[in-house]
Amino acid sequence: MPPEKFISIEGISKRFPAPGGGDVNVVFENLWVSMRRGEFTCIIGHSGCGKTTVLNILAGLDVPSAGVVIVDGQAIEGPSLDRAVIFQSHALLPWRTVMGNVAYAVASKWRDRRGGEVREHARKFIELVGLAGAEHKRPAELSGGMKQRVGIARALSIEPKIMLMDEPFSALDALTRGTLQDEVRRICLTTGQTVFMITHDVDEAIYLADRIVLMTNGPGAVLAEIVDNPLPKERARTEVHRHPLYYAVRNHIIDFLVSRSRTFMTERKGGAYDPRAVPLVRPGLPEPTLATPNPSAAPRRAGLETAAS
Amino acid sequence: MAPSLTLRAAVLSAALFLAFVLLWQLGIQGGGPAQQMDPEYAKLMGATATQGKSAMPGPLDVGTKVWEHLKNPFYDRGSNDKGLGIQLAYSIARVGIGYLIAVAVAIPIGFLIGMSPLMSRALDPFIQVMKPISPLAWMPLALYTIKDSSLSSVFVIFICSLWPMLINTAFGVASVRREWLDVARTLEVGTLRRAFTIILPAAAPTILTGMRISIGIAWLVIVAAEMLVGGTGIGYFVWNEWNNLSITNVITAILVIGVVGMVLDQVLARLTRLVTFPE
Repeated sequence: MPPEKFISIEGISKRFPAPGGGDVNVVFENLWVSMRRGEFTCIIGHSGCGKTTVLNILAGLDVPSAGVVIVDGQAIEGPSLDRAVIFQSHALLPWRTVMGNVAYAVASKWRDRRGGEVREHARKFIELVGLAGAEHKRPAELSGGMKQRVGIARALSIEPKIMLMDEPFSALDALTRGTLQDEVRRICLTTGQTVFMITHDVDEAIYLADRIVLMTNGPGAVLAEIVDNPLPKERARTEVHRHPLYYAVRNHIIDFLVSRSRTFMTERKGGAYDPRAVPLVRPGLPEPTLATPNPSAAPRRAGLETAAS
Repeated sequence: MAPSLTLRAAVLSAALFLAFVLLWQLGIQGGGPAQQMDPEYAKLMGATATQGKSAMPGPLDVGTKVWEHLKNPFYDRGSNDKGLGIQLAYSIARVGIGYLIAVAVAIPIGFLIGMSPLMSRALDPFIQVMKPISPLAWMPLALYTIKDSSLSSVFVIFICSLWPMLINTAFGVASVRREWLDVARTLEVGTLRRAFTIILPAAAPTILTGMRISIGIAWLVIVAAEMLVGGTGIGYFVWNEWNNLSITNVITAILVIGVVGMVLDQVLARLTRLVTFPE
């Protein structure tokens, strides 16, 4: 476990009463995970496992049925300007221009600022995401990628402690997605932003994240393991796949998504599983030996892979 | 290349209009003088019976009459002979006042219903019962309580304009996209600011659609209301001219009512377009 817990998710669960009363639908149960300041965490899992609910709880838009989330020493009670959300569908206000959308957030954070100051501040962040010159366009006049840039500028402009992203690039074409990933990475590195992001894209997670949280299938989803990304902090999109451990990590995650996310629950009944100490995994096998897994060749590998090997 | 659709539609419209006028003219043509009628009797019977002339005016008569009214719309020669412009002004003023009061009442209450599920449930039975009541059914009650015929027709306009606006506002407010509300929540926007900066612009197209339906209904109802209460207004004018057996004036008034109704509708349509933003 990391020494500093900037964000600490402590035993959160989400349950819904089944329609017509009776027993309860458990979306996820007893999740424990913590994040350091400045860390980029991705969470991967199949649809329906409750990733978005976890993010909404972090945002304060949803409340857990049990458990608590502590951010910077304080338990979350509702939404806060300290935590900015980038929505999957960008959620721009169509009646406001690019400037209007960003300025709205700025004016919400600093309520006593004058219009000129607000616009100046907003302009900085519009430039940061590369939209200088498009300030007066309305969302309908922008492409999908540009809309999401405005969403990012809006989230960044309030200078939040945490950025929460719900599949921010999933609606974009591959090229746009790539450039936006680069920019988000650059901005987060330079500003030291703490980020929690949901994604379905394994490559995106490996490129962006410091740690990748793997979530099992719902209902009753749990956190299976946390993958420690062996890639260096300084990484280039064109180079990441040449890293000796890239495919080990990638295969590990894909294996998890393909089979273990489903079987983890049954596995867990046999072996020991402590939801409070989700195993930190470092898939460290160099690629050639991956075909014949040999536990002794992986000294950095954590336990809990007994079923796989 | 074929001429533009607009041009072709305009030509077709003009042709249809001409055909209609022609049929109208043919329709009122008399069958010639009646034969073998005692001159004394013929005098008593008037032109319709003796010469087969229809009492229905032709398009030319109506055209002349319309022109006459347009030339001098604001004359006032006593309570039963006022210019069409004055009568219209009375009607528009009544509709305007009743409608604006309805706007002032319907939009805040619609917001309340849209934002509060409790209020929505609590007020729903009243709205469901009140909505289908013909606005004119309120007239006797209004006359008895208000004791002023002109104010009573304003009240009738108010009550008939209220429901579409109320229901549309409540619907528009309740169906604001959840993610826009989430944006406001994550930005810690207060209730009042959220109502004005998120909900109002998001619901504006729906609210204005309700306002457009309401102005249409109000303009329909004012004619009937003024026929009942009398005195002034375009509805009274129609009824008065019917009592004068001036079909020409009745037709003129019908045309004018149609044109004013269209203008009112178009104004609201334009406003709706102004507040509608594609996503």
